[in-house]
Amino acid sequence: MKKIILAATAALAIAQAPAAFAAESGHPLMEQKWTFDGALGKFDRLQLQRGLQIYREVCASCHSLKYIAFRHLEALGYNEEQLKALALEYEYPDIDDEGSDITRKGTPADHFPNPYPNEKFARASNNGQLPPDLSLMTKAREGGPNYLYSLLLGYEDAPAGVTVGDGMHYNKYFSGGQIGMAKQINEDAVTFADGTKATEPQMAQDITAFLTWTAEPKMEIRRSTGFRVMIYMFIFTLLAYFLKRRIWARLEK
Amino acid sequence: MSMEKSTGRRAFEWFEARLPIVSFIDNAVGSKYPAPKNLNYFWNFGSLAGFMLVTMILTGIFLAMNYVAHKDMAFDSVERIMRDVNFGWLIRYMHANGASFFFIVVYVHIFRGLYYGSYKAPREVLWWMGLLIFLAMMATAFMGYVLPWGQMSFWGATVITNLFSAIPLVGDSIVTLLWGGFSVDNPTLNRFFSLHYLLPFVIVGLVFLHIWALHLPGSNNPTGIEAAPADKIPFHPYYTVKDAFGLGVFLLFYFAAVFFAPNMLGDPLNYVAANPLVTPEHIVPEWYYLPFYAILRAIPDKLLGVVAMFGAILILFVVPWLDTSRVRSANFRPVYRILFWLFIINGLILGWCGSQLPEGLPLILGRVTTFYYFFFFLVLMPVVGWMETPKPLPASIGTPVLKAAE
Repeated sequence: MKKIILAATAALAIAQAPAAFAAESGHPLMEQKWTFDGALGKFDRLQLQRGLQIYREVCASCHSLKYIAFRHLEALGYNEEQLKALALEYEYPDIDDEGSDITRKGTPADHFPNPYPNEKFARASNNGQLPPDLSLMTKAREGGPNYLYSLLLGYEDAPAGVTVGDGMHYNKYFSGGQIGMAKQINEDAVTFADGTKATEPQMAQDITAFLTWTAEPKMEIRRSTGFRVMIYMFIFTLLAYFLKRRIWARLEK
Repeated sequence: MSMEKSTGRRAFEWFEARLPIVSFIDNAVGSKYPAPKNLNYFWNFGSLAGFMLVTMILTGIFLAMNYVAHKDMAFDSVERIMRDVNFGWLIRYMHANGASFFFIVVYVHIFRGLYYGSYKAPREVLWWMGLLIFLAMMATAFMGYVLPWGQMSFWGATVITNLFSAIPLVGDSIVTLLWGGFSVDNPTLNRFFSLHYLLPFVIVGLVFLHIWALHLPGSNNPTGIEAAPADKIPFHPYYTVKDAFGLGVFLLFYFAAVFFAPNMLGDPLNYVAANPLVTPEHIVPEWYYLPFYAILRAIPDKLLGVVAMFGAILILFVVPWLDTSRVRSANFRPVYRILFWLFIINGLILGWCGSQLPEGLPLILGRVTTFYYFFFFLVLMPVVGWMETPKPLPASIGTPVLKAAE
């Protein structure tokens, strides 16, 4: 029994070990401490709100966030009125009752709009590159949040002997070393509503935390449910063990 | 105590006389099934596999209510399940991780059968039914992995279905038939969804045959000798309670993965929607196929590689005749036991090779381990079984062995 508990604990520990992957580039990532690390880590609401602000003011001009509706942002601590007001800032193509094309104001049920009408337009506007949707970014890359953080701050002059393509930028964390996106995280690029100073590491952390939430919005309930399930299962297993011993004791008589 | 039967009891007997389903269950996995009293914890994995089959079918039914089998909507529908369907994240993570845990359980179950010689007469057909379940599971899991229509889904499907083109003459036609067209596309997704829903019920049928075949000779046991009636105990309550305890331990691991590391066994690339125009740098199948994938790539010729890969599984069907030993349990076979453990380590190395790019060390190691895989079955099993002097077998299961069951 002891052995089994030990093994289960060990398995949990392994499952929780931070993914210390080097990115596909082979460069070790800048490992950050996140509030959502560990088995019971949670998101920092204010950090997510700052991240949302960065997304809207910096990223949204090129990147979609298609799996996030305004109503989802309730999880960031906004109330219904605030979300309605936020949605009103966006416009969506639609048709009216007569079937004519119109644009209408957004509602909380709408998703963040794609900045481009189609892929070809997006590529034409970005030197042939397609800015990916950001909803799942931290789950879709080896290294997750640490990779994204490193990538955002990983811009530097290309080492001698590396020729950077036209319209490309050197970033050592990007697979192949050349990325279409220019450096976007610059000091004071946004003025945070909560007064936090917008340093580069601060901004990179905040947008990464926000995109970790967009990738896995049910993370907190998953973990808190899991915590209760594990306690239940420990008790169940313990009871089953004693019951098993008691029933098998009949054989020794 | 009154001898008068209660109304409930009489109603039950009335029904039992017309459809004896309760007796049927009691005979199959209840108090009327005598099982050897010395079964160790490796014997828990059969019922665990049954539990996982039911878990996969139940979670799968609810996923299918929300999943859309169309190439433009499949990926989005999975994300909708994760975000907007009530407890959709739980159902999907249970299903996705459930596949891995199902395979873990089944691999341990097969390992146990191999180690204790459970395939030997008179249990050959029981062994075959198990292997058919394993084959059906592999097909089901492969098609299930295609359904989210991520990059790894799409490219995994492309690589694996292309294997069939190696078959002489009819290969290309078979691939076209699998695809429902000339590339992996919407028709492929549709037929895979259909088959992914069908095959689990085929597996249920095979499980019935598996248990039926089990009940004629009864369970094998760690000594491998036939258990005398005196050495048998009723499955219920002794093994039902032991299985319940084992299930609890298993669920601790399974739920740890589902709730705290649900993407540990998945590939990040499958969170990128399928794109036929972008080939991933490194296409790898799910972990449970890796040893066979390594065998495929160890052989420089495509057709021979495919033959070796399928042969690696099909060879298990003739293991009852490749093993020439008179003794079932490897516990009493000093030489074979070492070779067997080497075979298990060899399998793990094969798995690692399958996860690497086929060049340099992984390729060389993949070839060496592929050789040992077949050498073990084709040469060591018959020769060692014939030459080895087994340790003396106990006269009966008796009391001393009971301690080993604790």
